[in-house]
Order: sequence, then structure tokens, then C-alpha cells
Amino acid sequence: MLVNRKLILAHFWLAFAVFGIALTLGAWQMFIRSPIGTWLSNPELYYRSLTAHGTVMGYVFPTLVAMGFGYAISESALQQRLVGVRWAWAGFWLIVIGSVMAVIPIALGRASVLYTFYPPLIGNVFYYLGVVLVVVGSWIWVALMSINLRVWRKANPGAPVPLAMFANVAGSYLWAWTAVGAALELLLQIIPVAAGLKATIDAGLARVFFSWTLHAIVYFWLMPTYIAYYTIVPRAIGGRVYSDSMARISFILFLVVAMPIGMHHTFADPQVGAGFKFIHSAFTALVALPTLLTVFTICASVEIAARVRGGRGMFGWIRALPWDNPMMLALAFSFVMLGFGGAGGLINMSYQLDASIHNTQWITGHFHLIFGGAIVIMYFAIAYDLWPHLTGRELIDVRLMRTQLWLWFIGMIVTTFPWHWVGILGMPRRMAYFDFGDPAIAPQALSVTLSAIGGFVLLASGIMFIVILARGMRAPQTDAGPYRFALAVHEPKTVPVALNTHALWVALMIGLTLTNYGYPILNLALSSGTSVPAVYVGAQ
Amino acid sequence: MSAQDTHGSASAEVAARVERRWATIAVIIIVVMAGLAAFAGIHRATMPQPRVETIDPSRIHLSGEFVESNLGSVLEASGAVTVRAIGQQYSFTPACILVPADTPITLRATSADVVHGILIQGTNVNTMLVPGYISEQLMRFTRTGDYLMPCQEFCSFGHEGMWGKVKVIDKTEFANRAKGGGRLSCVGQ
Repeated sequence: MLVNRKLILAHFWLAFAVFGIALTLGAWQMFIRSPIGTWLSNPELYYRSLTAHGTVMGYVFPTLVAMGFGYAISESALQQRLVGVRWAWAGFWLIVIGSVMAVIPIALGRASVLYTFYPPLIGNVFYYLGVVLVVVGSWIWVALMSINLRVWRKANPGAPVPLAMFANVAGSYLWAWTAVGAALELLLQIIPVAAGLKATIDAGLARVFFSWTLHAIVYFWLMPTYIAYYTIVPRAIGGRVYSDSMARISFILFLVVAMPIGMHHTFADPQVGAGFKFIHSAFTALVALPTLLTVFTICASVEIAARVRGGRGMFGWIRALPWDNPMMLALAFSFVMLGFGGAGGLINMSYQLDASIHNTQWITGHFHLIFGGAIVIMYFAIAYDLWPHLTGRELIDVRLMRTQLWLWFIGMIVTTFPWHWVGILGMPRRMAYFDFGDPAIAPQALSVTLSAIGGFVLLASGIMFIVILARGMRAPQTDAGPYRFALAVHEPKTVPVALNTHALWVALMIGLTLTNYGYPILNLALSSGTSVPAVYVGAQ
Repeated sequence: MSAQDTHGSASAEVAARVERRWATIAVIIIVVMAGLAAFAGIHRATMPQPRVETIDPSRIHLSGEFVESNLGSVLEASGAVTVRAIGQQYSFTPACILVPADTPITLRATSADVVHGILIQGTNVNTMLVPGYISEQLMRFTRTGDYLMPCQEFCSFGHEGMWGKVKVIDKTEFANRAKGGGRLSCVGQ
């Protein structure tokens, strides 16, 4: 029962509109720093674009998708009208206002600090305030998800919470706590300096705060994708979820271990000692566990669908899958990209191997493959699946959808594989141009050119995606029926309290964050003489 | 109906068994990975910087370890080499670092303004320069020649132009040059 369709559509449309803009900027960046572009006379333009691209793709786009999808899940999985619709709209408008507020200083070249902030570089205060508003808007969503689940529990005491909603609320709690790291950095450190109240800042402490957000935010981006794996894909391809409890365990593991691992982003930093770096490295290995469990459960669920369709043999069932179904295609592409990206991630988290690729193009390749590839391709699939239920109109052009997904997959591989390669050769990130005339850099020219071509394939696919959705708004009307989620092979009649509630796991998440972050943060906060003068962007 | 129920619970048992087996394999993979990292870290001493050292970046040019006259490479009495360098918008000092091959080298570096990074291409020498803190990295080159050393962290609009160089020369040649004392570099060569 999707009642507040307008609210959900507003979130998705805004998400995909800003995605389209940021994607175009990204393609331009790929082009301008490649040998096929000419050198920018003003490299500063590149960093404006890069800041906008990162801020939109990191903070605005996935947050809006998670929110819109979350409202849709709440109404359709709980079969209950959304409680707090006015608040939901308030959250939406906060994000709109925050985004505009952040983008203006970026466009004026007053906030070219990249979405990762990098103090003691300090940009215009309105950029940071805009980001804060976006986060506050999303926190309203977190509260609403929790409230809606509570209302449902009162009406259905002891009943198993539908898997989609259980996972959705877990994702919202993860986001609420993850965002605290960057919020502390912004409110305690950066904004006072940007507002002119202070002139110095501890850059080392800021990096530790940001690492708190920077890793788990990826799992927040991942949540809608994993929810789609478990609760949409099996239904869309005519199968069943292999195990409802394993799904719950995976989401719980994400909630608990995605958080206290962020310091693997600071392996090369001088402000954290080796002990905590090792602890975070080991915990990062743990976060591979829910993904390994998911790969098993989803492959098994897909196999069930294939065998129901008459698939036979050890691997012969793969042929029986509905490959013309966009959802099947998206899942397969997503898994391939998750596989390569995940393997790269194991290198990044390694205490020793990280030194070879830290801050090189390898990293750029890695997170574009995971986020832009494995995660975003499922955002497309979610939108395709949900659209007829939101608009009351059918998406007719299935062939175009398939082409769009193929292009995105090919584009992402062509973009990110050469990126990984030049990263191994030591090409640094975030540079407006490279001197390909230098004999030591010249061999990288071909790879960078390939990446740029991949960028344009992605842009073409992104445009197709928006066109398909826009055309869907004008298609003939149809009744898509109620929006349903996949059933498990053995639907749970009762679920242990631990797998049906979040309190214990939220407590564990907070506890582990405090043990893994408490000492390094206190140690840095209490040590004197590490605050350094701010360097204001645009003042030079 | 009852036959189907038994069948249902039997298949549920098989499903749970397969699932448990996979979960066990997954846990083993992870434990082995973490174990290998710990072993290599302790036994082979391949670790990131172990200690935290602080420094006031607004005074580094006035006194102490990172004054200009102390930057560059120095041959210690033990035969090891220490390199001191700073990064600032948008260059490294010294811009060309001179070091001998087959010698244990300690790189000590810091930033005079914003966050920078040192990456020596073709090696796994890679460290952040965070103002307020001293970065230390142990390294050893087996091959003579020139290496590019870009800044690997965004440090504002001139970042793309911040490239240094490392020149690795023969050990005895380095020892000869070091005889005169002072701090060595290859700037201007």
C-alpha cells in the first residue's frame, strides 16, 4: 500500500536529477585531465567540479535514494500509512535548501575543499552549513523510520518485523551514528573556524573524526542495494529468499561492524599509532563476513528461481534464469562489480598492502566500482521495479532498460579497470591535469584515455536511465497492484527477539565505536600544540 | 499434509547445514587474513608508522629539526641515512631527494601548511604529511635511478603541479659526496 507516492517520487526525482548533474561533471573531469582534453588554463575549475561531484554523489544522491526507498518500504512492507508525513516533507525541503546553500559557494570557487573537507583548508561557511542541513534532513527520516516501526509493533505485538523494514531501520540507525563523526568535525572544528570565531584547527583530529564517517557511509549507500538483493530480486525473478534469518544476521553484522573500522583510511597518517591501525584493520576484515554471507544466500535464492523454472544440473540452471528481466541483469552485473571491488577492498584494508596504493587512482577506481557500479546499478533496478507502483503507469521499454544496464556495466568496467592499473603505477588522485609529456608519465596516457571513454559511456547510460523514467511518467495508465517483497523459502512465524529488534545491536555498535575510537580521539583532543593555522580557500 | 511437513523440515535442515558450512568457511577466510597481517606486521616488521610525534608548523622554519639548513639527506655514523623534508603549497623541500642504494633510510617529513602526501612511484613508500605531526617512514632502494614523487593529497588549487623527485645513486658515490658534511640533495642537478 503506497499512499504517499508523491513524497517518494519527489525524493527519487531529486536524487536522479542531482545524480545527472554530478555525472556530467564527472565525465567532464575525466575528459579534461586525460590526454584527449587540452590542459585547463585554470585548474581551480577542476576542483570546483570535483567538490560538487563528490558532495552530490556522496551526501545528497544516495541519501535521497535511501530516504525515498525507506518511505516506500515502510508503507508497503508494514502495510501502514506513513506516520509523520509533514515531517518527511520538512526533511526533504531541508535537503533541498542545504544542497542549494552548499552548491552556491562551490560554484563561486569559495569552497573547493572536496567533499572530504581537508582542514586546515577552510572554505566558505555556507558550504559546511549546507552539508549540515542535508544531514539534519536525513536524520528526520531516521527518526520517522524508527517511529513507524514502533507504531507497527504496537499494532502487531510479537510479530516478525518484515525483513525489508528490519533492514531499512538497521540502515537508518547505521547512518544516524555514522554521520556523527563528520558532524563532530564540522560543528566542533571546521564551522567555528569558517565562521571566523577561531583561527586554528587540529588537522589530525579532524581526519580521525572524518574516518568515523567515511567508511561506514559506504555501508549506508550499500543498504538499499542489499535490501533489493534480499527482498526484491527473488520476487522479481520468481524465486524465494533462501534464509530469512541469515538475511537478518547480515544486516545486523553491517550495523555492528561497519562502524569501528574507519581508521583503515588513516594507515598512512602520522597522528594515529600502529596499535589502533591494526585493530581497525582486523575489524575491517570482519566486515567482509556479511558480504560473504549475502553472496551465498543470494546465489542460493537465485538458484531456487532457476530450478523452479526448470533449470537442471550443477551449473546448467544458470541458463534457465530470466536473463531478459532487467532485475536479473542488474543483479548479475552488481555481483560481478562487487566481486572485483571487494577483492580490491581486501587490499585496501590490509595493513601492509595499502601502502602501495594509498591515495592513488587505485582508490578512485575502487570506490567507483563499488559505489558507482555495484550499488548504483541496483538503485536503477529499484527505480525500475518501483516506478509503475509510484506512477500508476507501466515502464514499457524493457529493451531500453537492458541496454541502459549493459552500458552502465561496460562503462564502469572500462572506467575503473584502467584506473586501478595506473594506481598501481603510482598515479596520484585528485589532479587537474598530468604532464603526459614526461617520459615517466607517458605510459599512463593510454589507460587514462580509456577511463575517459568509459566516463562517456556512463554518461550515455545515465541519460538513458533518466529518459526511461521520464517517459514512464507519460505511459498509459495501469494498475500495478500492491508492492510486494520476496518471501522466504521458510517464512518465519516467530523470530528470536535478537533478530527482530535493533536495541542490542545499536548498543554494540555504539560500544565498539567508543572502544575503537574513544582513546585515539581523546588522546588527540587533549594533546596541546597540534592545532595549526587555517588556510582559507580563495584567500590566496 | 504431514508428509509434506516432514519433507519441509528435512529440507530446512539441509539448508541450515549448507548455510552453516559456508558461514564457517567465511569465518576461516577472515581469521586467516587477519592472522597473516598480524604475522607480517610483527615478524617482518612491515607496519605503518608506529609512534605519534607532534610539531608546531608555524615555527618549523625558525628552529628545530626542520629548519632549512637541516633539510636533505645525511649519512649517520651507523651507515644509515636520514632524510628530512617538508611539504608546502605547492612544492617539497628539497624538491629532489638524493639517497644511496642498498642502505636503510629513514624519511622524516612534515607539512608547513595544509595536508600533503609523499608517494614515491614504483615503490610502496607512501605517507601523509599532516601539519602538526611528523611522519616517519623506513625505506630501502635496491635500484639506482630517478623516481617521481608526487604529492598524493589534495592541497588546494596548485596540487596538480606539486611533483618532487628522488634520485637513487650508488652507495660509494653517496659516501664520497657526504664526506664534506652538510645536508645532501639533488636540487639543480
